Amino acid sequence: PPAHSHSDWIGPPDKHSNLRPIIFYVPPEESPLERQLREARQEAQACNQRFWARHNRAFHQEKEEFIYSRLKAKGLEMRDETGQKATLNAEEMADFYKDFLSKNFRKHMQYNRDWYKRNFTITLLMGQVALARALRWLRWKKKNVE
Amino acid sequence: GLFVWRLKSAGTRHIPCQFVHLCQVANGRLITFQYFNFLKRMYVTQYNKDLSQRAKPKSDPVVSPFHELQQLDQEKKVIHKISPISPVHQPWPETSRGNELREVKSATETKASVTSVRAEPKEDRQWKEMKLQLDELPGILARLSKIKLTALVVSTASAGFAMAPVPFDLACFLLASLGTGLASCAANSINQFFEVPFDSNMNRTKNRPLVRGQISPLLAVCFAASCGVPGIALLALGVNPLTGALGAFNIFLYTCCYTPMKRMSIANTWVGAVVGAIPPVMGWTAAMGSLDAGALLLGGILYSWQFPHFNALSWGLREDYSRGGYCMMSVTHPGLCRRVALRHCLALIGLSTLAPVLDITTWTFPIISLPINLYISYLGFRFYRDADRSSSRKLFFCSLWHLPMLLLVMFTCKKSVLEKEDKNDLLGESHGRATEVRLP
Repeated sequence: PPAHSHSDWIGPPDKHSNLRPIIFYVPPEESPLERQLREARQEAQACNQRFWARHNRAFHQEKEEFIYSRLKAKGLEMRDETGQKATLNAEEMADFYKDFLSKNFRKHMQYNRDWYKRNFTITLLMGQVALARALRWLRWKKKNVE
Repeated sequence: GLFVWRLKSAGTRHIPCQFVHLCQVANGRLITFQYFNFLKRMYVTQYNKDLSQRAKPKSDPVVSPFHELQQLDQEKKVIHKISPISPVHQPWPETSRGNELREVKSATETKASVTSVRAEPKEDRQWKEMKLQLDELPGILARLSKIKLTALVVSTASAGFAMAPVPFDLACFLLASLGTGLASCAANSINQFFEVPFDSNMNRTKNRPLVRGQISPLLAVCFAASCGVPGIALLALGVNPLTGALGAFNIFLYTCCYTPMKRMSIANTWVGAVVGAIPPVMGWTAAMGSLDAGALLLGGILYSWQFPHFNALSWGLREDYSRGGYCMMSVTHPGLCRRVALRHCLALIGLSTLAPVLDITTWTFPIISLPINLYISYLGFRFYRDADRSSSRKLFFCSLWHLPMLLLVMFTCKKSVLEKEDKNDLLGESHGRATEVRLP
């Protein structure tokens, strides 16, 4: 993002977490409330990034392992004669999906609670910051009129 | 027939409509046209999106206009076939001229949507400033409120309104539709507000406004409040308190029950089916002012319809659901998923037979609707037995045209209000004459 910009910038989705990273703008006279908001958002972003990157990596890894073990059980190789990657059909993958979902259920429950809490506090802080800014602007206007 | 084939050949996995509210309308040929138009836009856009991701960019311009033109031709044929039906209500015939204009508009819209879809993948990879662009705001809000889905929800509510056995009140109808639409916008926005990281991880939903940072969460919540509060107030004060209460309850059910439950238990599907069943009930209560058997029957039909529709759709999304942590029957209890879908297809037959018993339609309704109900039950049975992608897709696409057709047939078989009044008058007269004879 350009140096003179006064707003946050959002980028393309991350390869591992599929989340879009945000670069936060730090205004020169940042009030404590605004700093609190920015830090909360940064923390949430870092936490989300960590969770999803790890989770997606685990998913792909376990999926590969599952395909490998199933193919081995069937007596096939990972790649066939043409060099193409061998895959299992949807019905065979269904067992893996069910398994993966139930294994990660507790992890998801905790993440959900965490995410909902963070989302609410961030939005509340945004509301407070917006209100503070509006009041400041009104006071500035009154001063200018006088 | 031709149109359905087109749908099937162009169909993809990525259907944007979140399962529950895809309730169609068939409130006269005008709205049927709008529905087909919507479907065409949806599928053409999805089809071309897939093309632009896989095929070389140069080949796109050749394929899509041709595809569009074919769709338009078929649509024109569809229009001409539908128009011979005699209008029941006064307002509708005037708008048939509007259809021609809308066709032209839809062609340009589809072309625009195709080009915008092609431009998106390139824009996606750049860093964007997180400042609210006012000229983009209407589009952003439309996507935030899932405007197409909202339109379908409003259509279902108006179907409920139309089926109520009272003379048509235009003002009430408009207020009810507007209120329902606003309530639906609010509910959809809150849903997207809750689901940002999950939406980013699923192919179907990764282009939503909050995911892409086009709008701040605070603004999304404010928008939801500014739609929901006036919407419910409009329903409660402008229509009747019962409809307002149902609307508020539905928003609560969708945002606070269904959305979190999606990640907690498979029971979310049943809750979601109730959410989808409530709009027609709201339409009915708006017209009648009370919850009668007719309202519950309409709600029941939509409730049952949700299951073959959603279960078939979710069958193809199992990988995304599993990775995203969504608890859906198709992932955890596949056998149950298919059983429930079949069960509810059969329930639709039963409910259709119940309609004349409750005096909502004539007896021609279960007879005429039997073929389509049997067909969807057959596809449901095939899905149950085969449990593969092709049967799930067939069932899903069937559910898309089955509902509007069912509602259309129901509407044409509606028991006329005048008929009932005449019957009551006759009965009253005969009773009167009988007492007169006995008196002297």
